[in-house]
Amino acid sequence: MNTACYTPESTIIAGVNVHLHDTGDVNEDVKGLVSSAEDYTTVGNPFVESPRMKCREVSVDYSGKRAVFGVSLDIARNEVIAMIGPSGCGKSTFLRCLNRMNDTIPGCTVSGSITLDGMDIYDRKVDVVPLRAMVGMVFQKPNPFPKSIYDNIAYGPRIHGLAGSRSELDALVEDSLRKAGLWDEVKDQLDKPGTMLSGGQQQRLCIARTIAVSPEVILMDEPCSALDPIATARVEELIEELRDNYSIVIVTHSMQQAARVSQRTAYFHMGWLVEVGETDQIFTNPRHKLTENYITGRFG
Amino acid sequence: MNSTRITEKNTSELVRKGLKRRYRAERRFRFMGIAALCISVLFLVILFGSIISKGYSAFFQWKVRLNVFVDPARMDVDNLASADYAGAVKAALRREFPEIRKRREKRLLYRIVSIGASYQLRDMVMRDSSIIGSTVSFWAPLDDDVDIYLKGAYGKGSGRLKPLQVRIIEKFRQEGRIKKVFNTTFFTAGDSRDPELAGIRGAVTGSFYTLLVTLLLSFPIGVAAAVYLEEFARPGRWSDIIEVNINNLAAVPSIIFGLLGLAIFLNLFGLPRSSTLVGGLVLTLMTLPTIIIASRAALKSVPPSIREAALGVGASRMQTVFHHVLPLALPGMLTGTIIGMAQALGETAPLPMIGMVAFVADIPHGMTDPSAVLPVQIYLWADSPERAFVEKTSGAIMVLLAFLMAMNGTAVYLRKKFERKW
Repeated sequence: MNTACYTPESTIIAGVNVHLHDTGDVNEDVKGLVSSAEDYTTVGNPFVESPRMKCREVSVDYSGKRAVFGVSLDIARNEVIAMIGPSGCGKSTFLRCLNRMNDTIPGCTVSGSITLDGMDIYDRKVDVVPLRAMVGMVFQKPNPFPKSIYDNIAYGPRIHGLAGSRSELDALVEDSLRKAGLWDEVKDQLDKPGTMLSGGQQQRLCIARTIAVSPEVILMDEPCSALDPIATARVEELIEELRDNYSIVIVTHSMQQAARVSQRTAYFHMGWLVEVGETDQIFTNPRHKLTENYITGRFG
Repeated sequence: MNSTRITEKNTSELVRKGLKRRYRAERRFRFMGIAALCISVLFLVILFGSIISKGYSAFFQWKVRLNVFVDPARMDVDNLASADYAGAVKAALRREFPEIRKRREKRLLYRIVSIGASYQLRDMVMRDSSIIGSTVSFWAPLDDDVDIYLKGAYGKGSGRLKPLQVRIIEKFRQEGRIKKVFNTTFFTAGDSRDPELAGIRGAVTGSFYTLLVTLLLSFPIGVAAAVYLEEFARPGRWSDIIEVNINNLAAVPSIIFGLLGLAIFLNLFGLPRSSTLVGGLVLTLMTLPTIIIASRAALKSVPPSIREAALGVGASRMQTVFHHVLPLALPGMLTGTIIGMAQALGETAPLPMIGMVAFVADIPHGMTDPSAVLPVQIYLWADSPERAFVEKTSGAIMVLLAFLMAMNGTAVYLRKKFERKW
């Protein structure tokens, strides 16, 4: 599939089944080199020291049709990593692998390995329920439950039994809303339905709901695509604050957003992880032709 | 430059020409829609008009004031229940019209008052035996033929009434001893061979028990099946086969369910014939597909984002369904269920198969008692030769329609109420 011309230096990571080392910059030799557009081999170093999540050779098939091709990527502690790429490039599919949200899609199979703090999340013995509490998710469209603001936040802690008493739960709800920067706006109307809030507030409510179960990683699937610029700025500020406590993986269509909020950026193309690196480097000096094309607006 | 302008002009010209045609088509379509609506409303008005005009008189009844001497000779104090009350009523009538002597004429005289008069007298004596030996005065129901004559069903003619009977009635009328009252018998009595004594209480009670059985069985089973199929079942050949079969069952003629009920509930399980229990079971079979299909549609219409949200915070599949999906789908499920219940209330075809077409005069006191249901009662009355059953039939139809409207109204109310919550 990627038999087209690639430089001899990059052969060590070419192909689907190539062996990857856990550490070390495998692409040290090709620095400053832009790969050709036909070569989907990952450029840049996808690995970090002591990662929170480790993904190795992750492939996803939808009823036999491959959507993600052997992606290897680490997610560091307290970082925001952005995933960019044209529509249908597999970035959302890959994101949903990280908390096994793809389990709910019939015909979807995931191969390769993904570990969270050393635990293989696709292991047979792993229960998805606590996993999803550890790896929270914020969706593209704000989707608060049709319940009160309070119940929206309290739902997760309640089903997981995180709060021992009513006052503990109250404190947890307040804390989550404060962390999401929503407390001052809603503290007097906690019993009002969450669906009554504006779009931006709803999205922050969803973030607060995710925080309430104290996850380690927060996945965000285009969290601002349904919001206006002001609400977007507010959510981006929030992401910046949340980085102190959580690892955040954010899929976005807005390159400006990726540049603003993330430390590292991964560029996906046709299901391949084409390039990954420091955000500054990706946007100022992309090494892969496809990345360059995308961020300079030649397509996508 | 020049050619561009011409093209632009042509384009707007063409659009304008087309516009007229488009508006015409729109007007035509709107007219056809209104016409279709008018036709259906017209038929509805005709239907209701004919039923109400025929049936409203069933809610009224003519009564005659009788003065009956409770003859101690006819009353056996030890066996008051089977004393000769009919004789006492007849004697009272003879006393009123001493000029009638011929046997044939006497029989015509007796036939003016309903047999219900002697039942009424019996009840009075049973309640208070001290009236034996005195003359009591009470309003007794008239015979059905007299009743409909007075209601004007025969127009100027006298129908089946003989001239002598008409004379007697007119005499009563002149004395002010007959009056039109609200027909409580219609709502408190069971079925009877005498139209003036027949009521729908038995059928309504039977329908109530039948629907209770149907509701208690088909709602939980239907909702559980729908939730399982929609939320838990792995999609594949098996669930496809089940889905096709459920859709087929919804289209199976209801009489087939009656045959199934006959074979299984009566012959195999030996459950009591004509009982509301078996009727309810058969109607459950018939209603289940409707409820399952409606419930699945309601579950499908819950936005997937709610499921994702719940799963995203770590809810299990069951918690997702029971905490979030089901509450949102409930209004739709309730609507489907009530519509299914309304269908079951009006269903007649499968019931004769399990013996629910019998003449049952008693009001059922349990689910195993033989009983009629409203639609079967309507069918039985429509089949009866007596002229007076015509108005009873229409009256019962009105009651059935009232129940159906109330149920559908409840469905709309519940849907509105639950939807308004958020």
